[in-house]
Amino acid sequence: MDNKKDVKGFLEFVYEFYKSMKAHEITLVYEGEITHQITKAFTSLTESNMSKEDEPNSVQRKVFHVMVECLQNISKHADDFTSNDYLFSGRGIFLVSKGEDEYSVTTGNAVENDKIEYLTELLENINKMDKEELKELYKKQMKEGRLSEKGGAGLGFIDIKRKTNKELEYHFLPISDDTSFFLLTSTISRADN
Amino acid sequence: METIKIQGTEDTPKIMLDKENEIFEISGRSLPEDVSSFYEPVLNWLNEYAENPNSKTVFNFKLTYFNTASSKLLLDILMKLEEMHEKGQDILIRWHYPEDDEDMSEAGEEYSDIVDVPFEQVPY
Repeated sequence: MDNKKDVKGFLEFVYEFYKSMKAHEITLVYEGEITHQITKAFTSLTESNMSKEDEPNSVQRKVFHVMVECLQNISKHADDFTSNDYLFSGRGIFLVSKGEDEYSVTTGNAVENDKIEYLTELLENINKMDKEELKELYKKQMKEGRLSEKGGAGLGFIDIKRKTNKELEYHFLPISDDTSFFLLTSTISRADN
Repeated sequence: METIKIQGTEDTPKIMLDKENEIFEISGRSLPEDVSSFYEPVLNWLNEYAENPNSKTVFNFKLTYFNTASSKLLLDILMKLEEMHEKGQDILIRWHYPEDDEDMSEAGEEYSDIVDVPFEQVPY
């Protein structure tokens, strides 16, 4: 930004960005590397906001669970790439929004196209399972699964679906011939149950 | 044998393993950055303890939160205790959960389904 006009344009963009966040009820947005420190900071920030607003304990716990698993999905999976490309090193976008009836936790990160089929199958399989089936799958995976090098247990998606009791909504958008942007959103009802 | 005393933090549980005073407890929150290395000393300690355990072992879990990666390591601990039980040792797991936390109570039930060891649910 080397002149006044650019600065003004940028500040106008910031205002539009702010309005857009408000319109979508976004309370937290982050783009960058997702580290353990970031995970701790975001969960504790959201936790203290929820507790200030007297959100029921059950809702607070669910939001906490979903946030941790979503953030760890990025930190443990998005960096499976050897590329130096900035898109691929545990980076991603992370959003929390709070509406009248529910919280949403949304993540976006780059994935190689050849993972799309695997991810789609995994998510579809989890989405069509009922409570009992998910419980059995979780137990099976906990018993038989191995921790990945980065400490992933392959349980995150199952846990999110179990905690939210809602389908995992996801979408892939093309970035290039080899890569896509993987978006995932989970909603947590604010009704106490 | 040596005791393990680890202070809890916002992302790691408090751990007390004290053979002499018969205290076996994991409590608080568990989402360590590296679950395997965090729980490694606990599993090592249990391996050593299993060779010469007390006449009765009451192992308390009093967790308020654990992430999915921790759930796998907690199962490893429970399986170690199951192994001791299978060898005829007197083991009791006490799974404490906040009384309004259904998910934590269900997590206890699930563990008790997987491992064959005396298991008690304790609401607080």
